[in-house]
Amino acid sequence: MLNGKIPQGPLSNKWTDYRSKMNLVAPNNKRKLEIIVVGTGLAGASAAASLAELGYKVKAFTYHDSPRRAHSIAAQGGINAAKNYANDGDSTYRLFYDTIKGGDYRAREANVYRLAEVSADIIDQAVAQGVPFAREYGGLLDNRSFGGVQVSRTFYARGQTGQQLLIGAYSSLSRQISLGQVEMYNRHEMLELVIVGGKARGIIARNLLTGKLERFAAHAVVLATGGYGNVFYLSTNAMYCNATAAWKAVKKGAFMANPCFVQIHPTCIPVSGDYQSKLTLMSESLRNDGRVWVPKHKEDAQAIREGRKSPLDIPEVDRDYFLERRYPAFGNLVPRDVASRAAKVACDEGNGVSPTGLAVYLDFASAIERYGRSKAISTGLANPDKQTIIRLGEEVVSEKYGNLFEMYEKITGEDPYKVPMKIYPAIHYTMGGLWVDYNLESNIPGLFVLGEANFSDHGANRLGASALMQGLADGYFVITYTIGQFLSNDIRTPKFDTNSPEFEQAEKEVSDRIHRLMSVQGNQSVESFHRRLGRIMWDRVGMSRNEEGLKMAIEEIRKLREEFYRDVFIPGKADEYNYELEKATKVADFLELGELLAVDALHRNESCGGHFREEYQSPEGEALRNDANFAYVAAWEWKENGEHKLHKEELRFENIELKTRSYK
Amino acid sequence: MNLTLKVWRQNNPKDKGRFEIYKVVANEHMSFLEMLDVLNEQLVSQKKEPVSFEHDCREGICGTCSLVINGRPHGLLQGTTTCQLHMRFFKDGDTIVIEPFRARAFPVIKDLVIDRSALDRVIQAGGYISVNAGNAQDANAIPVNKDIASMAFDSAACIGCGACVAACPNGSAMLFTSAKISHLGLLPQGKVENKSRTLKMVMQMDKEGFGACSNIGACEVECPKGISLTNIARMNRYYFGASLG
Ligand SMILES: Cc1cc2nc3c(=O)[nH]c(=O)nc-3n(C[C@H](O)[C@H](O)[C@H](O)COP(=O)(O)OP(=O)(O)OC[C@H]3O[C@@H](n4cnc5c(N)ncnc54)[C@H](O)[C@@H]3O)c2cc1C
Ligand code: SF4
Ligand code: FES
Repeated sequence: MLNGKIPQGPLSNKWTDYRSKMNLVAPNNKRKLEIIVVGTGLAGASAAASLAELGYKVKAFTYHDSPRRAHSIAAQGGINAAKNYANDGDSTYRLFYDTIKGGDYRAREANVYRLAEVSADIIDQAVAQGVPFAREYGGLLDNRSFGGVQVSRTFYARGQTGQQLLIGAYSSLSRQISLGQVEMYNRHEMLELVIVGGKARGIIARNLLTGKLERFAAHAVVLATGGYGNVFYLSTNAMYCNATAAWKAVKKGAFMANPCFVQIHPTCIPVSGDYQSKLTLMSESLRNDGRVWVPKHKEDAQAIREGRKSPLDIPEVDRDYFLERRYPAFGNLVPRDVASRAAKVACDEGNGVSPTGLAVYLDFASAIERYGRSKAISTGLANPDKQTIIRLGEEVVSEKYGNLFEMYEKITGEDPYKVPMKIYPAIHYTMGGLWVDYNLESNIPGLFVLGEANFSDHGANRLGASALMQGLADGYFVITYTIGQFLSNDIRTPKFDTNSPEFEQAEKEVSDRIHRLMSVQGNQSVESFHRRLGRIMWDRVGMSRNEEGLKMAIEEIRKLREEFYRDVFIPGKADEYNYELEKATKVADFLELGELLAVDALHRNESCGGHFREEYQSPEGEALRNDANFAYVAAWEWKENGEHKLHKEELRFENIELKTRSYK
Repeated sequence: MNLTLKVWRQNNPKDKGRFEIYKVVANEHMSFLEMLDVLNEQLVSQKKEPVSFEHDCREGICGTCSLVINGRPHGLLQGTTTCQLHMRFFKDGDTIVIEPFRARAFPVIKDLVIDRSALDRVIQAGGYISVNAGNAQDANAIPVNKDIASMAFDSAACIGCGACVAACPNGSAMLFTSAKISHLGLLPQGKVENKSRTLKMVMQMDKEGFGACSNIGACEVECPKGISLTNIARMNRYYFGASLG
């Protein structure tokens, strides 16, 4: 059994008590201690800046040309915080409770409670940095409700919350760079973790401009390198997002926790062709007003797919509003995992629309009419005609979702005011990640993991607007304390020499790997392997999984990996700017991680959160969780011979009673 | 649709560079970058080096994509980044000229990839509010007028792509710099450091080799995020205010 090092005492006092008793590092000693932070998204930039503010010497790394480009920039909807500004009954406990329940009871209580506790400080910090959150006319901050929760606790900055929060963290980081407290290494990709005397003490990074391998040493290493959604090839993640940094840690003995917990977002623009390498998210907020449907009759669906009919030709009685039918209590607002699966079922039954058959409608016609009528009444129009109602309704809808409708039209060329949007689920977020204890330290001492890269807070399913919260909580308010627990033992440890045998060896491993890839000189592009891996993952390890499919996936991935090392073609040279080589090192790691994901999914004989096993469902097709046997964190140790070793961390629920989620 | 692409190829910063011509078959549903992906798959399958270009989010928000398309930074469509430009705005048989953003302060790294780190250094010079984590008071302690907050947001929407610099015959970064100065300067939290921030950022801008502003306005036209020239006027006010003491 793994030990999460959860402090003793009542839940609500754990963090405060722990913090007030933990080991500290004196300011004069902080100056002598060096920390490597890999990744400068929300989690990494906030950590690098805050650690530097405390006086530590920080070296920060990103493969981007600037920290401001990190994937965090794309987050749209908002960030949660238990401020209770709306006076609607929110509290630390309620945010904690919602997060545990939303995660289908597979997260650690103590971590989640701490997250809810520090959430309010994040908003204070962001506002002080100049983040322009939405405000009310009185000048105070505005909140909205998000992702089907009953309180309004989501802070937002138009549809660009991630961008504004990242710019905030980036500006704090920039200030520390200008003060000389942070040495910033842009366009540097970490390709190896260096372990000295059993502790994480450095990295090997490739300078992406020159291709040169460079060695960096420090007293501790922090990874904030994001999620691994791109193992599925198509996802809403940015194109460069990858698992390499985390995977290098796994290869050095770090455990990968719950890799099969992957979030599939129900409202994305459907795939339109083979040339696509990226999918676009349409914000969750659209489900507040859009109604999801497919034609009731397969013949109608087919006619639409073949372009013989348009959705407007299908009369009301011949439409199946399947979320409203299956989940009358929550309707179109059921959680992400439930909505995604229902769309898949509708398409699998042959009722999907769009030429690929993999799309359902998100229709705003009812909302437009409803808003139009009430606008007409409120403006005193007696007996308005249909056209006027629709015009007024479109105005209201445009105020709420204008930018999203515009984006949809830019991409698809269709006007969603007139024709229903087409949507389909896509891979969006990874709850799984490197295993960490309460200190956010992995099982390798001195290796800390923050943000989407760790597994800690979202269990089997993440709530909307909680990833930004977690990344910033980890970076501004948690690592700043917990890293002291480790570093306080190192105040007399001198700087590490990068000429030591450990660094020598680590660098050699990287250059051997690169050499191996470059010398294959086969016939197939890196992209084609990635695409094929994604296909296997999506078909067999995606929205719905079963034993047979998972076993096949494991075999297929192993074969594909073998073919990759036999037939991949990488143009150019290793010692220059070479994007194809960069892709190849990432895909090589995805080809291993994909296997572990399937292994984890195969072992978890239950359905919970984002993990749906067809064998474990009720007669109505709802997920069946198995708390008696699976209320644990599955932390995997990678073994080259394929016999990956499972380590369990038992999840104890002392403050919350486990319940079945029901949205009927 | 059948297209002819005239693409800038340059092996490294020292190479002189040249245009090369490629044929590619695209369809109107593709984005511009997906069309370039198709070209690159084609090149790799012929064991040739693909065209290097940068991109990441492909949603118009990270500021990584660039490209001068038929003479216009981010292409012909207003308010749109290259990654959001779709092929239905081109016709079968078109010839498309693709070049990197060109400016003294943005050296070419390879093909269409450029070095925009100068923009980071301008921010490092003062594009922040000096507050440490843990120092902040309650977020609602300072009310901010809704319209002012909204104006600050408009300026904060800059994605740091550098199209304004590429559009400017002088290679000036005034729009970018003034957007940051306005974003922070409009807010009560940021006002405190207005003078020193403006002086330091402007000084850094000059040091990086960005040109002067001669009120041409091309930056505003090409900016994908609608950053307005009024930001420059505001920055100038702060600047003269500061240099007069
Ligand atoms: C379209 C979209 C919308 C979203 N909307 C929301 C929302 O509204 N609310 C919400 O809470 N969450 C949202 N999320 C989720 C959220 O954005 C992410 O989970 C979160 O931003 C991740 O932050 P991070 O700091 O952990 O990682 P990232 O932002 O992914 O940063 C990773 C960093 O690591 C660096 N890196 C990675 N590997 C290496 C390496 N090997 N070497 C060097 N550097 C490396 C990268 O350069 C980057 O700087 C959304 C996600 C998507 C895809
Ligand atoms: S001002 Fe506009 S063009 Fe210039 S960097 Fe910002 S977003 Fe790009
Ligand atoms: S790729 Fe991110 S803005 Fe174009």
